[in-house]
Amino acid sequence: MSVAIGIDNVVKRYGNTTIIPGLSLDIKNGEFFTLLGPSGCGKTTLLRMIAGFNSIENGVISFDGNPINAIPANRRNIGMVFQNYAIFPHMTVRENIEYGLKLRKIPKDQIRGRVNEILALVRIGEYQDRLPERLSGGQQQRVALARAIVIHPSVLLMDEPLSNLDAKLRVEMRDVIRNVQRKVGITTVYVTHDQEEALVVSDRIAVMKQGVIQQVGKPQDIYARPTNGFVSTFIGHSNLFTAVVSGPRTVRFANGCSLEVPDLTSGSEGRNVVVAVRPEEFSVQEGAGITAKITGSTFLGKYVNYTLSFPDEVIVPGQPSIEYTQNLGNCEKLFETGQEISLRPNPLKINVLTEDMEQSLIRGVQKYV
Amino acid sequence: MSKKFSLPDFWKALTIIIILVFAVFLVYPLLSLFLSSFRDPETGGWTFDNFVKFFSRRFYYTALWNSFLVTGCVTVLTVLIGIPMAYFMTSFKIRGKTALEILIIISMMSPAFIGAYSWVLLGGRNGVITKFLSGLFGIQTPSIYGFGGILLVFTLKLYPFIYMYASGALKKIDVSLGEAAESLGCGSVRKVATIIVPLITPTILAGALLVFMNALADFGTPMLIGEGYRTMPVLIYSEFIGEVGGSANFAASMATIMVFITAIMFIGQKHFVNKKSYTMSALRPIQPKEITGLKSIFVHAFLFIIIGLSIIPQLTVIYTSFLNTNQAIFLPGFSLVSYKMIFSNLGSAIRNTYLFGLIAILLIVLLGLFIAYLSVRRRNFFTGIIDSLTMFPYIIPGSVLGITLLLAFNDEPLILSGTAFIIIISLVIRRLPYTLRSSSAILYQISPSIEEASISLGASPVKTFFRITAVMMLPGVLSGAILSWITVINELSSSVILYTAGTRTMSVAVYQEVVRASYGTAAALATILTATTVISLILFYKLTGKKEVNV
Repeated sequence: MSVAIGIDNVVKRYGNTTIIPGLSLDIKNGEFFTLLGPSGCGKTTLLRMIAGFNSIENGVISFDGNPINAIPANRRNIGMVFQNYAIFPHMTVRENIEYGLKLRKIPKDQIRGRVNEILALVRIGEYQDRLPERLSGGQQQRVALARAIVIHPSVLLMDEPLSNLDAKLRVEMRDVIRNVQRKVGITTVYVTHDQEEALVVSDRIAVMKQGVIQQVGKPQDIYARPTNGFVSTFIGHSNLFTAVVSGPRTVRFANGCSLEVPDLTSGSEGRNVVVAVRPEEFSVQEGAGITAKITGSTFLGKYVNYTLSFPDEVIVPGQPSIEYTQNLGNCEKLFETGQEISLRPNPLKINVLTEDMEQSLIRGVQKYV
Repeated sequence: MSKKFSLPDFWKALTIIIILVFAVFLVYPLLSLFLSSFRDPETGGWTFDNFVKFFSRRFYYTALWNSFLVTGCVTVLTVLIGIPMAYFMTSFKIRGKTALEILIIISMMSPAFIGAYSWVLLGGRNGVITKFLSGLFGIQTPSIYGFGGILLVFTLKLYPFIYMYASGALKKIDVSLGEAAESLGCGSVRKVATIIVPLITPTILAGALLVFMNALADFGTPMLIGEGYRTMPVLIYSEFIGEVGGSANFAASMATIMVFITAIMFIGQKHFVNKKSYTMSALRPIQPKEITGLKSIFVHAFLFIIIGLSIIPQLTVIYTSFLNTNQAIFLPGFSLVSYKMIFSNLGSAIRNTYLFGLIAILLIVLLGLFIAYLSVRRRNFFTGIIDSLTMFPYIIPGSVLGITLLLAFNDEPLILSGTAFIIIISLVIRRLPYTLRSSSAILYQISPSIEEASISLGASPVKTFFRITAVMMLPGVLSGAILSWITVINELSSSVILYTAGTRTMSVAVYQEVVRASYGTAAALATILTATTVISLILFYKLTGKKEVNV
């Protein structure tokens, strides 16, 4: 049966380098939980600690409150989908899926039934007698998924399962994974570096950086209310402006434009802050915004993406690009490259961060501890 | 205007030339062998008598049974030794691993008959160990001669093949396969049994076939250490060379039987491996783990003892070569007498070995380069024929090849017997596969677009081949050529049939000296051979930057 996973202050070290300095996390029973972060952030390391392939130097990982630190990988009852699928090349599709069931000494007729069921669920019944080398990447992925869940594992672990597929298959397979997970209702820990993938499939996401969790939350919350600069720029795009808290619930940009931000925490008057604005959170208002020059545009059908340049004093230096997305559903005209426009951020949506971007100054947004 | 020498003409001409060469020096001799096995030695008429004679007389068919028995046992033993060795060396951190691997390769590369001869020196009737044990303790050591001795020599010489094949296969297994099995609830012993072993089985079978063929075809070992234990190559040799009642036709029929058997084995293995091999590449290969305590002691002892035993022959030979001797009798102390002897009496054998070897290698490199190119880049019906013809050396034992060449070229229109040419031909045919294989392998890695680029820049296709493709192939060709070279200079089983006084090579001379019980000179010659082998291996490592040999 599916379990809740408790991770309590775990530490991972390789020699003298600490990969994970002490991490705690609670994953609920049946939830689709994603570990998201750039490569090298320790997400796969953490996943392999849950799986039992990496040792746990300190702290406790438990399933439904029972510590599993001392249980070897093969007795943790875990379903795992590997990045390269790790399909046994010498067994047919059916034999691959049967493998775990045979080890559990399940009667033959039951094995048949369960394998048939799962073959139908992931829709690879027609390939069941093929050897894996004659399957496409997407089909191998389905076999790997079927093999992992047919054993009714306590948790399903997936290590960047879509990274070897092309873009179109990736979209198709993430829906397959999501649907199968819903139907089976199994606690799933999913590792990816692709933020879009994470937003689509997850119930909750933990954003990780250098072995430390930055934020845990539902996809929409993480996107709307990031706790710091890293999360706001790693998940989706954020344009960062320098500003000052000029009065109660008011920020003033360097060009003098002021905005009343109702969700700003009180008591930070006079502080230098960074305001993070998503490309879709601007509106064009002559004279009431910040003036920018359009340097390029990308027409994407439903909307147009403009790259902008602002005067140096307005923005945080070193950003890869400043972008404004114009929704074509409710707009009158397109702008030309070289044109100057005045953009006003939406005060209900923007995020205000401390000057070092380590903390959010929006009410109710807490740093993950 | 002169007609331009264009690519299709060049390669077509080359295809025809190569097919002709193979037809004359391989197909025609094999056919003559086959036909002469159906001829009556007296009347020359067609008959089945030779085969009837073989299968109806115990004296003959027991040799076939003996060959099978000893070869079968050797194959099983080498698998039992080679697989654990490969598993230990890949999964555990082993002390002195590099040195051990080099020793394994040296013992694989040196000829089996030197092993046989030095085990006679050690454990034979007047052997060092025999005398030591009986003199000191009165212990009667079991005889080194016969079945046991052949088994010992073959096993210690051939287990490296299994070791190399198994390690190669283990290196291709990704760790995640094992982890997947574990995550599905599989324990470590079971993991080896259900995942690792099945995955390496096709490769092991290929290695086992190689061991089987080598052991079945080897002539020197049973001849030197087998004494009364007759195997097929010994029987064929003595029937063919024998002064009393020998019959070339009868020898030919036995050779036919052997080729028939090896061909069936070869085709069977190809069939199985083609059906059951998996293309694998490991992103994360198995990482060797630290081991301690009893486990470590056991693993290290196993490796050291086996590898130690297999390198003893080389050490014995080198040691013996520096002993002071007077003819066949060892005198106390060390000297260079043996070396002086061989340089004054057997200088021609040393010269022949290097001369024939170099000519053979030159031909092998040229043929390997051309045939690899033809069969990889210009696939058609005729290059397909060449491709199949190059498989023949795998199934024709050396002594059989010697006999076929001798039978075919002993008479008009082409009398070659007794010439250096016939020996060189046999060396080329037998040892071409090493170079050919590594040449094809490297060619597969060279993109055809490189040739197209050269042609588009104005080089003619032939020029492109010599200036671009051949140059890029060179590292692969040469690494194969070194392996060919090592086996060429150590070749005995075909040369011993083809040689005459003027064309004797070192390995033949070693064999003769051993038969004459002139152990000192034999050891000195064998030491020169071993030294050449080791130097060539070092060259191979330097050239390829690899630590393994693909056999």
